[in-house]
Amino acid sequence: MSQDNKQTQGPQTTGHAWDGDLQEYNNPVPNWWLYAFYISVASAVIYWFMYPAWPIGGSYTKGFDTITYVNDKGITKTTHWNTRALLMAETNEAVAAQKPYYTKVASLPFEQITKDPELNSFVVSAGKQLFSDNCAPCHQQGGAGKIGFAPNLTDDDWLYGGDFTHIQQTITGGRHGYMPPFADVLTDVQVSQLADYVLSLSKIAVNPASAQAGDALFHSETAACYYCHGADAKGRQIIGSANLTDKIWLWANVPGSDTIAGKEDAVKNVIRTGLNKGVMPTWQDRLSADQIKLLTVYVHELGGGK
Amino acid sequence: MFNFKHEWVETNIGLLLVLTMLAISIGGLVEIAPLFFIKDTVEKVDGVRPYTPLELRGRDIFQREGCYLCHSQMIRPFRDEALRYGHYSLAAESQYDHPFQWGSKRTGPDLARVGKKYSNEWHVAHLVSPRSMVPQSVMPNYPWLLSTELDISDITDRMKALRLVGVPYSLNQDEYDANVKKFGKETADMLNIADARKNLIAQAQQGNYDGDRSSISEMDALVAYLQVLGTMVDFRKYDDDEFVKYR
Repeated sequence: MSQDNKQTQGPQTTGHAWDGDLQEYNNPVPNWWLYAFYISVASAVIYWFMYPAWPIGGSYTKGFDTITYVNDKGITKTTHWNTRALLMAETNEAVAAQKPYYTKVASLPFEQITKDPELNSFVVSAGKQLFSDNCAPCHQQGGAGKIGFAPNLTDDDWLYGGDFTHIQQTITGGRHGYMPPFADVLTDVQVSQLADYVLSLSKIAVNPASAQAGDALFHSETAACYYCHGADAKGRQIIGSANLTDKIWLWANVPGSDTIAGKEDAVKNVIRTGLNKGVMPTWQDRLSADQIKLLTVYVHELGGGK
Repeated sequence: MFNFKHEWVETNIGLLLVLTMLAISIGGLVEIAPLFFIKDTVEKVDGVRPYTPLELRGRDIFQREGCYLCHSQMIRPFRDEALRYGHYSLAAESQYDHPFQWGSKRTGPDLARVGKKYSNEWHVAHLVSPRSMVPQSVMPNYPWLLSTELDISDITDRMKALRLVGVPYSLNQDEYDANVKKFGKETADMLNIADARKNLIAQAQQGNYDGDRSSISEMDALVAYLQVLGTMVDFRKYDDDEFVKYR
């Protein structure tokens, strides 16, 4: 095997001829490569002894290498090397590094978390990761929200309340927006009048007579909008009904239309069909209580927290 | 005395073929075959059940559209994956998958635990137009899922085929009783092949996955499937190192 491969007289051949004149070059790999190969084969044997390797009937050789970790019950365990135990050990290490911060997040009241600069920077960096992965698909990057889909989290308008406790409740248990459809209850004229009233609340110039009729309807037992949206139309956070007076639109895409007729159509559509969406999943099964608390602070600090 | 000559192999294409296949199958035999005999390969865990008829059709659509080409369904036991996706996948969780959807390529995120992470509404909007929800996404649009009615004509045949490879869909009273014992009555009813069509329609109507109750679309089935992925095992019931002992 260790032929001299200095090519002084051109490449050597294997010395065999096929079909009379077909010859094959013989260019052996360098010796250093060959020995490295032998060494790697030999080290495979070392791996067999160190790590899980050979199947034997219903079991397998576990290897001599071990991993020691502490489980969530606080019990220290030592087991043969495997990736699941390795994950336990590595997670423990990382959790231990974050623990001082998470302990503080868990024990301190919300206001104090934001006042502690070091803790606050931990919340911002860890919260950003959690938010990007879990919340941004609906609420978009930075919590900008999406008209017709998910509320903006950076303004000071909150469907279900924008203080720490309510944000925490929302994340923990999820939400489900609902408004009954009025297409069968109200005539087209009535729906238009209500839409005009709702737009007038946001200072949009609509037909004043129509808006006035809508005002009466809003507070009547026929449409009974005030049941949920309140007599002042400012919404009730306990049931998540929208504040209709703040020029902030989620379900009716009013800003998306330049014409008054277009804006009316957007509102009319919501009144007719109602809503059975705005579903926010519950996060208590996926995130820990500490992570939810941290996210609560993060969302609160996005700009709109109360 | 038998005198093996290399020339036999090189001059006999049939022998070359057989010996080549033998040589390349050794890797599979050594690495895969023993797993069928090792007791701890499939972890003992509660909650894993075969798919309901609607979820099964959703899975068919997942495969038809080639979702697995960009989305894996296996969370590996690494810390970064655990942080992003949740608990690592168990072999037990894909025990009724034929074929499994573990995948080997992640252009999009892993989907092993996507169930219940987002609302049905989000999935519908995202499948129709991914960039409407995730601006930087490179996923193609799948608008026809919403407008195509789900073909349920062969649902019983599909379940019978899976039954042949070991999925416990029940075809007779004995199998049904065994399912009641193993999964509880509610699930056993869903796994009864004779009721497949009725169950599928009922689940689609009740779940209303695509937001339109007037018909059952392919979107209904796919979202029903996505929403169950990775949700069958309740990991809160187990110590966080429960599944270490199986490896």
